[in-house]
Amino acid sequence: MSTNDNGLSASSAPKFSVLSERNLPLLATAIVSLAALALIGQMDTWVTLTLAGLAMGMMIFVMASGLTLVFGLMDVLNFGHGAFISLGAFVGISVLLMLPSWTGADIAFLNIAAILLAVVAAMGLTGLAGYVFERVIVKPVYGDHLKQILITMGGLIVTEQLIYVLWGPDEITILRPLALQGSFTFGTVAIEKFRLLAVVLGLIIFFAMRWTLNGTRLGLVIRAGVENREMVSALGYRISMVFILVFVAGSALAGFGGVLWGLYEEVVTAHMGMNVMILIFIVVIIGGLGSVEGCFIGALMVGLLANYTGYLVPKVALGSNILLMVLILMWRPEGLLPVNKSR
Amino acid sequence: MFSYIFSGDFPRSKMLTLLLVVIVVGLVLTPWLFPGSRSMETAMRIAIFIVLVASYDLLLGYTGIVSFAHTMFFGIGAYGVAITLNEMGRSYEGIVIGTVLGFICSVLLAFFIGLFSLRVKAIFFAMVTLAVASAFTLLVSQLYQFTGGEDGLTYSIPRELSPAFKLVQDKVFGVRINGKLLLYYCILFASFGLFLFMLRVVNSPFGRVLQAIRENEFRAEAIGYRTVIYRTATNCLAAGVAALAGSLMAIWLKYTGPDTTLSLNIMVDILLMVVIGGMGTLYGAVIGSTLFIMAQNYLQELMKMASDQFSAMGLPLLPELIHPDRWLLWFGILFILSVYFFPTGIVGRLRKAKT
Repeated sequence: MSTNDNGLSASSAPKFSVLSERNLPLLATAIVSLAALALIGQMDTWVTLTLAGLAMGMMIFVMASGLTLVFGLMDVLNFGHGAFISLGAFVGISVLLMLPSWTGADIAFLNIAAILLAVVAAMGLTGLAGYVFERVIVKPVYGDHLKQILITMGGLIVTEQLIYVLWGPDEITILRPLALQGSFTFGTVAIEKFRLLAVVLGLIIFFAMRWTLNGTRLGLVIRAGVENREMVSALGYRISMVFILVFVAGSALAGFGGVLWGLYEEVVTAHMGMNVMILIFIVVIIGGLGSVEGCFIGALMVGLLANYTGYLVPKVALGSNILLMVLILMWRPEGLLPVNKSR
Repeated sequence: MFSYIFSGDFPRSKMLTLLLVVIVVGLVLTPWLFPGSRSMETAMRIAIFIVLVASYDLLLGYTGIVSFAHTMFFGIGAYGVAITLNEMGRSYEGIVIGTVLGFICSVLLAFFIGLFSLRVKAIFFAMVTLAVASAFTLLVSQLYQFTGGEDGLTYSIPRELSPAFKLVQDKVFGVRINGKLLLYYCILFASFGLFLFMLRVVNSPFGRVLQAIRENEFRAEAIGYRTVIYRTATNCLAAGVAALAGSLMAIWLKYTGPDTTLSLNIMVDILLMVVIGGMGTLYGAVIGSTLFIMAQNYLQELMKMASDQFSAMGLPLLPELIHPDRWLLWFGILFILSVYFFPTGIVGRLRKAKT
């Protein structure tokens, strides 16, 4: 009972103490970062690294949340998610390149507006692409995992190639808008401006998602659908409409994440989506397939650990995610915050 | 006798038999029919990929497991040979030791991955293997003292297997009988051997159990087969064969690098070959790899001609769509269509056309 998502059965669930099952992962994250503080030994370095880790985690979360939600509700693992990330990045970057007077101006407001416009354009297009993808590619293979993996892989290949067709085979480099270059410094602590923005945006997305899922009627239907699809449609909700909606939202989030990631790396390639997908899969597995909150914690853990190990033992940094995944799965084979499935 | 060689699993279609005969005869006679090093490279690539793709079909088609780590095992085999030859210099011992070590390493690794993740759903395995394979690629580029990093390793093989060594002084029907030709036939022979071995495996009682697991895992378990053991065994077997294919590739190319063995692109290629050729039948691997590699090498030229034609006519977008580098776009579409409409691929199609 205690593993139920809060809300649905909040009244019947026992009161949580700080050390309850569901809070343990969050606690573990805190312990990891404190342990890192002890190992690093310098407060300012630690703060910089932690913020960098949080920013990376937030960006990964934005990209991964769509995937995990789609998986949770529709039981579809969408390998094509990576293509939406690339697509979003390309659309967003194109918009920014079309507005040099906005991004180059020394006015923070115009810079932010340009980024918002890029994000909106990217989300709109990837949402649309997601709609087509769901209708054409995914819909005929609901319920068949093997075919889903194959077909979404095919979708990924085709979309990637289409990006090459439309934008040419070369990678595109881009500078961040003027106001987001460089960093704030407080004493000896340096905080990159873009990372701060990423953290803020990531938090907004996280809380917006939480609110939608826990505070609205639509969220209730979605969460109920995650637990038992048949029951929801038996109660008269058109679950296929909810599927489309969630798929489109997930794709749009991928596009959003793609823009952020593209600006973070300052270079976009058609292949970037597939490369990030590996990180995203690790995050989704760590968090527990289908769980948004687990995905959030998983993303933070991966981001933090990548930055800490990158500083402490650079050789291990690249493998740290895999190591983390193995450890977590030994601790909790179902992931950090598994979703209750009635199937 | 044929029944013994093919393990009783015949092509079961006139057209398919014809195609297979053409492919086999073509591979055997390539040095005479299509002289030139390029066609020999292509033929060798086809032969080795038939083995690699067939071993992947053991997983995907026969057992219903999606793995993204198959190129990792391919790479382990290749790097096994590459590293030993690089350290020991040109020698037969180097080849043997490297092959055996690569084989053992990849079977062990497959065993551990299987233990760790085959108990759960197909999806989970797909994700875990993808992550492990990418970590392995990073590891290879990190350990550049041994692996040559991104540049890879170039090494030499025993003199008897190189073009400088001549078996017969004169040309035979216009072809020089040298060490390279010898190597060509050694590898071709090994590929056929491995393929027939896998054909034996899938038509054994063991292979039947695998198909049972693919069709209905729950029922297979209920009849009393421990599905986890069977899946892990297949995983190890497929990994071992892939490693051997990798060793063959390394011996032939005299070069091993991340791009020729480990990259995700090759994994995608393998996936396309299996599905387009036909899942669940090893002959699909033969057809799929031949078709795909021929297209990879020769379709591009055709597309280039067409693309130039169209751009000369001044049409928009179309020249980019059929630009030679975009051939994968069309294969991707073919892939999606074949997953939908002919899940049994070309081979299944041909077999159905017969009846």
